[in-house]
Amino acid sequence: MSRKLPPVDVVLVGFGWTGAIMAQELTDEGLNVLALERGAWRDTATDFPPTVAPDELRWYWRREMFQDNARDTLTFRNDRSQTALPMRRWGSFLPGEGVGGSGVHWNGQTWRFLPSDFLAESHNIQRYGQLPEGLTVQDYGVTYDELERHYDRFEKLCGIGGKAGNLNGELQAGGNPFEGRRSSEYPNPPMHMTFSQKQFAKAAQELGLNPFPGPSANMSQAYVNPLGCQLAPCSYCGFCEKFGCGNYSKATSLTTILPVLMKKANFSLKTHNEVLNITLDKSGRRATGVRHVDSQGIEYEQPAELVIVCAYALWSTRLLMLSGIGEIYNPATGEGLVGKNYCYQVMSGADVFYEDKYTNEFVGAGALGMAVDEYNGDNFDHSGLGFIGGGYIANWTTNARPIETHRTPEGTPSWGSDWKKAVADNFLTSTGVGAHGASMAHANNYLDLDPTYTDAYGRPLMRMTYDFTANDLAMSAYLTDRVREIAERMGGREIKVKPRQGPYDSMPYQTTHNTGGTIMGTNPTNSVVNRYLQSWDVPNVFVMGAGVFPQNAGYNPTGTVAALAYWSAEAIRNRYLRSPGPLVQA
Amino acid sequence: MRAARTTVALAAVLMASALPASTQDNSFAQVERGRYAVATGNCQGCHTASGEQPFSGGRPLGTPFGTIYTPNITFEPETGLGQWSKDDFWDAMHLGIARDGSRLYPAFPYPHFTRMPREEVDAIYDYLSTLPPVKKEKPENELPFPLDWRVLLAGWNLMFFDPGVYRPDPAKSDEWNRGAYLVEGPGHCAGCHSEKNLLGADKESSHLMGGNLENWSAPDIRGGKNGGLEDWSEDQIVEFLKTGRNEHTAAFSIMAEVIELSTQKMTDEDLAAIAVYLKDLDGDEPDPPERPDDAVLAAGEAIYRDSCNACHRTNGSGVPRFFAPLRGSGKVNNPDATTVIRAILEGARSVPTATHPTPLTMPAFDWKLTDEEIAAVASYVRASWGNTAPPVSAGDVADLRERLKQDSP
Repeated sequence: MSRKLPPVDVVLVGFGWTGAIMAQELTDEGLNVLALERGAWRDTATDFPPTVAPDELRWYWRREMFQDNARDTLTFRNDRSQTALPMRRWGSFLPGEGVGGSGVHWNGQTWRFLPSDFLAESHNIQRYGQLPEGLTVQDYGVTYDELERHYDRFEKLCGIGGKAGNLNGELQAGGNPFEGRRSSEYPNPPMHMTFSQKQFAKAAQELGLNPFPGPSANMSQAYVNPLGCQLAPCSYCGFCEKFGCGNYSKATSLTTILPVLMKKANFSLKTHNEVLNITLDKSGRRATGVRHVDSQGIEYEQPAELVIVCAYALWSTRLLMLSGIGEIYNPATGEGLVGKNYCYQVMSGADVFYEDKYTNEFVGAGALGMAVDEYNGDNFDHSGLGFIGGGYIANWTTNARPIETHRTPEGTPSWGSDWKKAVADNFLTSTGVGAHGASMAHANNYLDLDPTYTDAYGRPLMRMTYDFTANDLAMSAYLTDRVREIAERMGGREIKVKPRQGPYDSMPYQTTHNTGGTIMGTNPTNSVVNRYLQSWDVPNVFVMGAGVFPQNAGYNPTGTVAALAYWSAEAIRNRYLRSPGPLVQA
Repeated sequence: MRAARTTVALAAVLMASALPASTQDNSFAQVERGRYAVATGNCQGCHTASGEQPFSGGRPLGTPFGTIYTPNITFEPETGLGQWSKDDFWDAMHLGIARDGSRLYPAFPYPHFTRMPREEVDAIYDYLSTLPPVKKEKPENELPFPLDWRVLLAGWNLMFFDPGVYRPDPAKSDEWNRGAYLVEGPGHCAGCHSEKNLLGADKESSHLMGGNLENWSAPDIRGGKNGGLEDWSEDQIVEFLKTGRNEHTAAFSIMAEVIELSTQKMTDEDLAAIAVYLKDLDGDEPDPPERPDDAVLAAGEAIYRDSCNACHRTNGSGVPRFFAPLRGSGKVNNPDATTVIRAILEGARSVPTATHPTPLTMPAFDWKLTDEEIAAVASYVRASWGNTAPPVSAGDVADLRERLKQDSP
C-alpha cells in the first residue's frame, strides 16, 4: 500500500541535465517542482574534490561513478535469435546515477547537430531517391532553426569554448564551415591546443580539409554563466570522462544550475527515491502522478499535474513500458513504437606513434581537440557509396590515464614483457585520431522488456537487441579510410588503424550515447512523443533525453539533448500551461 | 509559496496585536528600518543555532572562558523577548543589563551596540516583534566558577565599558562618520578583528589589527599604511562585503556568515562608508620577516605544486573571485597562522551570495598531509611571492588539530 503525498505541480523523474534544466525553467514559471532521483546527492566539494577526483581505479575501474547494476541493469543480445543475458558490469556504455546523472562524468564535447540531421528521412530521399534497405530513419519533427536559440542558451549556460564557423550565415575562418547558422559566437575561446592537435590540423589542411577546435564544456578560462554560477579554468588534468571534475572546470548541472536552483523555495529534491511507474487515471489518457519507493522500501504515491521523464534514455523508455504508456515495439510485426529505433554510435580510429616528439597526453581534457566535419551527416556526396550518414573526425587529447591508456604499435603482443616495453616506449609519444560515426535506425535494433530477468523491485529488465547495421559498417569503413589519410600525414613514425567491425560487443568501452526508444516525430503513427517531447498518448507526460532521437547523428548528443529540453520547456511555459492538452493535434 | 508568506505575515500581525499597543510601531517604514538595523548588526548570525529557526538562539559561542549560549530573541513570551518592553530592550543594548536586572556577558557585544541611538534600537525591537515567535529554551552557559557569577561583570564594565551613543567626529566627513558608526557600533567588527586582553575585552592598542576566536584568526582590517587592507581599494572593500569575493580574497567561515546575513544586505552607500573609515586607519610598522629553512621551503614548494597549484596557481595568484589568491592575502600574511593551518586541515567553502551563488570549496587535507607536510606548505606559502609571514611549525599544526578535535561538537 502506498502512502499518498501532497500533490505538486510537476514531478521530474530523474535529476541529471534535463531534470535540472526543466526544474530551473518551470520554477521560474512559479510552479511547484519536485525532482525524484534514485541515486545519491552529489556535489563537487564532498563527492569528488580534487584530492580524490583523479582516482582511476575507484571511479572507472571499480565503476563507482556509474549506475549500480547490482540493482538494475539491462539484458543484451545482438539479434532476435539469441537469448539476452544481463549486463552485470558496464562496458560499452556507462550510464550514471545520482544527482547530475551521466552529465557528471561526461567529457564535455558539446555539439550541435547539422540542419540536415533533423531531416534525415526527407533530406536523404530527396537527394538520393531512397533510404538503404531496412532503415527506419525519420525526421525529428523539429528543425535546426527552431532549436538554434536553445542551443545558444545551453552553450552560454555551460561556457562552451569554441570557434564559430557560421555566424548568422557568414562563414568564419577557423570554425566549422558546415555547421548550421549560429546567432552568436561561443561564449568562451577554444581550449589551448597541444602538439597532437597542431599535427592533426596541419595534416587536415594539407588534405584540403577545414580543421576547427572541438566545442568544449571544459573551461578555457574562468567563466560566470547567466545565472551567476562560476566555472573555473580547466587545469588539463585529463580526468573528465568517467570522472567528476574537482576543479569546477566542467559544465554539469551541479556547476551551472544547482547553486541557484537548490535555493528556490518552490523546488524540492528527493534522492534515493526510485520511480516505479507513472500512474494513469481510468481513461489511460491522463497521468495522475508517479509511484516511487525510498531506500527503506516504503512506497509513495506522488500526485502531480505534469510528469516529466528526465531519466537516462534507456530508463525513460523502460518507464513508459512499465507504465503502460504506448505500445511496445514488436519487430516481427512492425507494430508499436516504444522501444523502436534504438541507436548508438559507431566509433573507429587510428593511433599515431612518434619517434622523437612528445605528445604528453596526460595534459588533457575531455573536449580538448581539433576536428574536421567534411565527412559528417550529408556534408559529402553519398552517391554510389551505399550508405547514409557520417561522422566528425577528430584528434582529442582526453587523457593518458595510466591504467586505461596504453597505445601500442601494430604487432605488439597483448601481454608480457614486450607489451610492457611497448607501453613504456610509446606512452608519452603517441596520440589518436577518431571517427565519431552516426548510427542509423534499423527495424531489427530495438528495446523491449526482458521475459526472464528482473530488477531489485521485481520489474522486468530492459532488453536491448542491437548490432551494427550494414549501412553503419559501410559508413564506418569509409570514415576509417579518411582517418587513415589524416593519421598518415601527422608526421609520426607509424600508425595503427583500428576499424570498427561487427558484431557489436557490449563490453569494450565505446561511448555512452544510447539513443532512441521514445522517439519524436511528426505524427502519432511514427513516434512516441511529438515535436515538443510531449507524449502523444498521455499529454501531461513529457519525455526528455536522447531517447527521443529517431536516429543518432555523427556527434555527441548532449548539446542536442539540452537544446530539446529548453525547446520543450518553452512550449510548456508559453503554451501548455495556458491550455493543458496536446500541443500538436494528431 | 505565496500562501505561506501570507500566513507568516498574518501570524506576525496577530502576534504584534497581542502585545501592549502603546509600545509597538508596526509601520512598514519602521519595520524595514529595524530589518536593516538587524542586518547591520548581524543579530541573526549569533542568535541562530545551526539548522534551527532564525533568531531562536541557542548557538554556542566559544570563549577562552567557556561556552556561552545565545538567547532566543523572538518575541515568544516565556523563552524569548515576549515580555520585554522597549525600555528593557534599550537597557540590554545600551547598558548590557537584562530585563531581570542581571548583567549580560560581553560576548553579547553591548560595548559596541551602546553606540546605537535609541531610535535605531527601538526599530530593531519593532522588527523582532514581527518575527514568528519560537518557543525554545536557552541551554545553560558552561562557565566555571566564579565566572558564572554575573555580579563580577559590574567590575568588568567599570574597567572596559564606555557606554554612550556614537558621537560624530566633526573633523571628518559624514561618510567617514557613518562608516565609523557602522564598524564600531552595530557592525562590532572588533569582536573578531581585535585582540582580546586577559579579561576578554578588546585591546585598544591593537584595534582592528586582527584577533583570534573559535580557532580562527581574523586578519588585520585596517586599511591605511601598514594595515592589513593597505592594498585594497575602497571599491574592493565594498565588493568583498557585498559579494563575498574580490580581487584579493574570498570569504569563508565566520566572515562568510557575516557577509551572507549582514553585509550583502547593506546599501552600497553604507559599504562605501565602511571602506572610507577603514582606509583611514593606519597600522603598525611590521616586524622584519623571518624566513623558514631552505629545506622546509623546498619541501613546501613540492607539496604546493602537487596539491595546491591547480587552483591557487604556481605564482600564488589564484583565480580572483574563484580561487583565493595567496599572494598578498591578508589571511596568509596574518602573523597568527591559525586560519591558514585550519583551511588546509579542514578545507574552506566560499560563501555563496546573491552575486556569486556557487559555493566554490577547497577540500580538506587533514587526512592526506602530515603535520610536517602542512607546516612545510604553509611556511612556503607564507614566505613566497612577496608574502612575509613567519613560518609554521609541525607543533602548531598538531596543536590546532588537537584543539579542533576537542572543540568539535
